[in-house]
Amino acid sequence: MNFWVIQGLNGLAFGSLLFILASGFSLIFGLMRIVNLSHGAYFMLGAYVGISAMAAGASFWTAILIGGVAIAVLGAVIERLILRRLTGQPLAQVLVTLGIAFIIADACVWIWTGDPRPVPMPRELAGAFRIHQLAFPIYRLFVIGVAFTLAAALWFLLERTRLGAMIRAGVDDLNMARAMGIRTSVLFPVVFCLGSALAGAGGVLAGPILSVYPGLDTDMLPLALVVVILGGVGSLLGAFIGSLIIGFIYSYGQALFPDLAYMILFLPMVLVLTLRPTGLFGRQAI
Amino acid sequence: MTAPALEVTGLHRFFGGLPAVRDVSMRVPVGERRLLLGPNGAGKTTLFNLIAGDFPASRGEIRIFGENVTGKTADQRTHLGMARTYQIITLFPKNTLVHNVVISLLGLLKLRFNPLSDIRKHTALWDEARSILALVGLEHLAERTVADTSYGEKRRLEIAMALAQKPKLLLLDEPLAGLSADERRDVERLLQTIPRDVTIIMIEHDMDVALAFADVITVMQHGQIVVEGNRAEVVADPKTREVYLGH
Repeated sequence: MNFWVIQGLNGLAFGSLLFILASGFSLIFGLMRIVNLSHGAYFMLGAYVGISAMAAGASFWTAILIGGVAIAVLGAVIERLILRRLTGQPLAQVLVTLGIAFIIADACVWIWTGDPRPVPMPRELAGAFRIHQLAFPIYRLFVIGVAFTLAAALWFLLERTRLGAMIRAGVDDLNMARAMGIRTSVLFPVVFCLGSALAGAGGVLAGPILSVYPGLDTDMLPLALVVVILGGVGSLLGAFIGSLIIGFIYSYGQALFPDLAYMILFLPMVLVLTLRPTGLFGRQAI
Repeated sequence: MTAPALEVTGLHRFFGGLPAVRDVSMRVPVGERRLLLGPNGAGKTTLFNLIAGDFPASRGEIRIFGENVTGKTADQRTHLGMARTYQIITLFPKNTLVHNVVISLLGLLKLRFNPLSDIRKHTALWDEARSILALVGLEHLAERTVADTSYGEKRRLEIAMALAQKPKLLLLDEPLAGLSADERRDVERLLQTIPRDVTIIMIEHDMDVALAFADVITVMQHGQIVVEGNRAEVVADPKTREVYLGH
């Protein structure tokens, strides 16, 4: 019994981290039609920046902020100087983001070396939460809380605000949104920075659970991709449900069938792409 | 002299090696009702898409109210007073009718108020959207989702969304296509209520309505303009006969 509950909570915590990463990935994909293959690298770079900030004396919380802002700025520069020039050339955009991912990965090894870096947990969240014979790290519960709060905040942004109405219009039909006078040239950098910031901050937040190491980017990116395919492009609800599903599959799969973990993870993606190309909650086919 | 609402010079658009629009030049003065005629594949909708900025021209120049918009994006052109409807109805189907009109109003709003503020609290915006729906006789369906409305209602909503932008130049791509006789009458009546200072360029296959509506007619074939003139001139021109009857 304990096994199922603990693995369930682990799955929820991992799904929460995935949501922080995948929500931005999905929004960028849905609005700008860019499969941003550097999104995993943003996650890893954000974590490294956070480590350096902490080494320089910043608190864990300030490091999350610094990681988020740094990657948002990087995202803004990449969107403005590179991706915008390639508007209407999706293949070129995908290849460019892949190239950027490799560059970031190499730069990280160069700056932070190839050794895995543990990220210290904030003291106030150390320790375990106990009920009867169950003990679960408080930090993981905190990560779950952050993801649910973020989901609520993003829901409010997209469903209730003027900016959100324009973003949703763009996700639904970009040409129509432009014909309505919606300035997509303003929306694109906003969404790209928001997605990048979430990836960067998410990397720091994930540090105490996953630690930071070369290859973290390529470990996380396919999972974000599976989440978006499963949930549906540009759908916040899809990213949320998809992240939790993948989190549970990942957690139980690793524990029960470690040899088949990847098969269990990617099989739903293959099935969804074959049977329901729009994903569970999306409108556009992948 | 006032600049024309639309001036197109030497416009070309190639898809791969295939020319969809070839050396099109036209001048539409302010307030004119212009009809674009031509068989399927003549390049009419491609010309619309080029004017609206949905995709770039391969060659040539487009001016809206004297301003060169050739390199401008679709939303920038909309901000110059241009609005359009699509041949295939394009709306936001999961949203209500009133929400669709609100979106069309949002695009042209200046960032006077906080973009992060709750959209439901901007009552003036929703009131204006409802009054625009009333204009096209859809006020009673304001809270219905687009997916639950008839084809004719969707067409009227599309025109409402274009009118919401208070356009000075309106491009209508087959606004009567697929409508029943009653719905057609409704849309015709609606088009007649559009103020005369709004320039309208329309693609339409219903000849009776279209010819009654138009001041000037442009006939296209194989991506080129073959005849241009008033109704009598175009009807009398043997090239029109050739385009439609093949002899």
